[in-house]
Amino acid sequence: MTFLAKRYSVLPGFGLSLGYAIFWLGLIVLLPLTALILTSSQLGLPLFWETVSAPRVVASLQLSFGTAALAALINCVMGFLVAWVLVRYRFPGKRFVDALVDLPFALPTAVAGIALTTIYAPNGWLGQYLEPWGLKVAFTPTGIVIALIFVSLPFVVRTVQPVLEDLEGELEEAATCLGAGRWQIFRRVIFPAVLPALMTGTAMAFARATGEFGSVIFIAGNIPLVSEIAPLIIISKLEQFDFLGATAVAVVMLMLSFSVLFAINLLQWWTSRRHGMK
Amino acid sequence: MAMQHTLTTERAWVRYALTTLALLFLLVFLLVPLVSVFWEALAKGWDLYADALVEYEAWQAIKLTLIAAAIAVPLNLVFGVAAAWAIARFEFRGKSLLTTLIDLPFSVSPVVAGLMYILLFGSHGWLGGWLSEHNIQIIFAIPGIVLATVFVTFPFVARELIPLMQAQGQDEEQAAIVLGASGFAAFWHVTLPNIKWGLLYGVILTNARAMGEFGAVSVVSGHIRGETNTIPLHVEILYNEYNFVGAFACASILALLALVTLAVKTLVEWRMERQHEASLVRTQQAREALV
Amino acid sequence: MSIEIRNIEKRFGNFTALDKVSLKVESGELLALLGPSGCGKTTLLRIIAGLEKPDAGQVLFSGADSTHTHVAERQVGFVFQHYALFRHMTVFDNVAFGLSVRPRKLRPSREEIRERVMKLLKMVQLDWLADAYPAQLSGGQRQRIALARSLAVEPSVLLLDEPFGALDAKVRKDLRRWLRDLHHEMHITSVFVTHDQEEALEVSDRVVVMDHGHIEQIGRPDDIYENPATPFVTRFLGDVNLFHGRVDGGHFTHGDFAHALEAGTVGGDQAVAYVRPHDLDISRVAQGALAAGSVEHIHAVGPLVRIEVVPDSGEAIEVALTKERYRELGLMLGDKVFVAPKKLSVFVGAQDYAI
Repeated sequence: MTFLAKRYSVLPGFGLSLGYAIFWLGLIVLLPLTALILTSSQLGLPLFWETVSAPRVVASLQLSFGTAALAALINCVMGFLVAWVLVRYRFPGKRFVDALVDLPFALPTAVAGIALTTIYAPNGWLGQYLEPWGLKVAFTPTGIVIALIFVSLPFVVRTVQPVLEDLEGELEEAATCLGAGRWQIFRRVIFPAVLPALMTGTAMAFARATGEFGSVIFIAGNIPLVSEIAPLIIISKLEQFDFLGATAVAVVMLMLSFSVLFAINLLQWWTSRRHGMK
Repeated sequence: MAMQHTLTTERAWVRYALTTLALLFLLVFLLVPLVSVFWEALAKGWDLYADALVEYEAWQAIKLTLIAAAIAVPLNLVFGVAAAWAIARFEFRGKSLLTTLIDLPFSVSPVVAGLMYILLFGSHGWLGGWLSEHNIQIIFAIPGIVLATVFVTFPFVARELIPLMQAQGQDEEQAAIVLGASGFAAFWHVTLPNIKWGLLYGVILTNARAMGEFGAVSVVSGHIRGETNTIPLHVEILYNEYNFVGAFACASILALLALVTLAVKTLVEWRMERQHEASLVRTQQAREALV
Repeated sequence: MSIEIRNIEKRFGNFTALDKVSLKVESGELLALLGPSGCGKTTLLRIIAGLEKPDAGQVLFSGADSTHTHVAERQVGFVFQHYALFRHMTVFDNVAFGLSVRPRKLRPSREEIRERVMKLLKMVQLDWLADAYPAQLSGGQRQRIALARSLAVEPSVLLLDEPFGALDAKVRKDLRRWLRDLHHEMHITSVFVTHDQEEALEVSDRVVVMDHGHIEQIGRPDDIYENPATPFVTRFLGDVNLFHGRVDGGHFTHGDFAHALEAGTVGGDQAVAYVRPHDLDISRVAQGALAAGSVEHIHAVGPLVRIEVVPDSGEAIEVALTKERYRELGLMLGDKVFVAPKKLSVFVGAQDYAI
């Protein structure tokens, strides 16, 4: 491993730690990923295309990515608001609320799934009030959006919060001295400073939501062409021993989420370069 | 000195409106689901709740969940520390690639992760023939569940440690080496005490996810009742059988686990904050002594 | 514009930052607020700016009560210690900010803004950096941009909080001179805060020395240096030797020695004499001396020769001699000598003031 080292260091353990990290990465992540890619290459392009362009698959991909985008967007706004309130204002029980924000990270998705389904069922705690308005949530795409909002809620809050906390009070004072009003300060000083973190958080929420399974299958109702998400297609293909079909859908999902990841990195690189930092 | 920022805040009604809106959002989306789990579990009284938990299959599910977590968490802990040591302490070619690859499991759907293991170790998979020849079963057995769990929790510890260790720098370890400590002694007596809270933070996140993982485990487990069902999978089966009290009773264990996780996490964050503040105060004092 | 401060009080919890402070800043003056950290100087500056509200007292701008006027309407330029530049804006946009946030009716046209910003950037000699981002600038450049930004709104008062605090020694010296010249040109009423006595004495027209929320002394730099009003000011303005003793019959008595004082000094048992190292002379005779001791250390690098004289009892005395005087005396290590003040400040009834 030492041939990789760029600079001499007195600290030991470079070869061991890097070697182990690469070995474990290879075993857990790269080897299975290779298996997926090898399997998909057996498929051949025409068959691949036929599988992923089937109406049910297209509908499920559209549904997965569409609902994820909507949930991420809602979390972008509400997550920013929650972060803002947690950093800026004082209210009783703030510590508790701050801890509660991480609940979706700690609560297993299946638990969230059955809880949300029960709440939003037509006779549930919230569902019974929505029913008379003609709003059906459980067993519809709306329900999927609700579940995805739940699982991806902490991402925006937790990426924006530290940036808001670190924002120097002096910046706002400087702007005030220069005659700017509250709204102008928010729009021109605070928001641009938080924007990169907000975009990163939203993209992370989106990435998480696209692949989500556990919380969604309970509330979705899983009606083909209406509320059937892409991961469920993979599972049902697996249950029919259609490994190649499952692989094709999985590859499309992977490519889509990797492009999101790539876009995040590009965005971060661009903003840091633009502001002349390192 | 305590500075008051009365100048740089919004009007009172704006503050109240925004706070109310944010709290309402959290109430509906977080608190109500959490409370409903316990509510539904106890809907038919304590007796039925207790009955649901002492059932044989529920016990087996709890046992399997604990075993899987007990194997997966230490594995990722060791990996996380090794990766953080290599990345935060050395300069080498391909470092950013390695960092990106460590994050990769975050952007892979758990179901796709499960599928990858089936394609690799399943009976029709790339290594399936060799494995069955040697009578090794991975898929639809505990090893598969552990592997899937390791995959979904792969980045947690490393992601927590890398920025922490980078921020701390390596002066202290170098000082230890100069004073004659062995590499291991430097790690044990200098690095570890500095990162212990971050490490614990990573471990509780890993553990929470490991015990609660559904998608990936669901694909590789085979859902054999009493054998390869973890608690989340058991919850699903009970729920689909309309045994709501049973489902929510098992779910309430996981919800309790989540609450403990949050409590420990808050405590750890608080400790890390204090450690950070203490070091800030020290630097400040040192600076003032110089002036 | 003149500024008048009347009986300003400010507390943070139990801590009294300012205790009935009154002060007048003349129009066009460059005033320094000098003191150790925690003395209330920054709080006073922030109250003048309107960034902080006093608990009691008044702030008057040109005689008009402005205590409750909002910052944005006070027409002050404020330069923050850490510059507070907007990092997502270019240097140009930073300087233009104050003009571009004006209500549409009062806002200058785009060309006017451009012209004014470029003029200011030329003045601070950084027009070539208009499109750079703050992160790409050095500390000194950031400081000048922060200054240009605060001047863009044509303030009638300029307030600077530790303007050179975060810079290294060389840049600090250059900027000091530059600020001095700039003030000469613009003649805008300016107040700056510093904990560096050299900076305060070199740059300002008048210095206000503060400690523990009080004003200790106000005066011209040379006046303050030559005639410090309190033990605190004496010690804060530079190295000083300390002699405990008493005053009676027109003499300051310290141990076996007595030194004749100017007529009219009030007598007292508890007296402290402060003498700066360069106000001490070394002689071979006891006349007029305050102490005797042996030469323990000679440091002869630089224009002055620093000599440490250690008396039989008590702390070492530091003496600074010119090269000529040092040669004339022909001092050697271990010589027994007398130390005599050419000039001293005596405070009767005062305790020693530890900083």
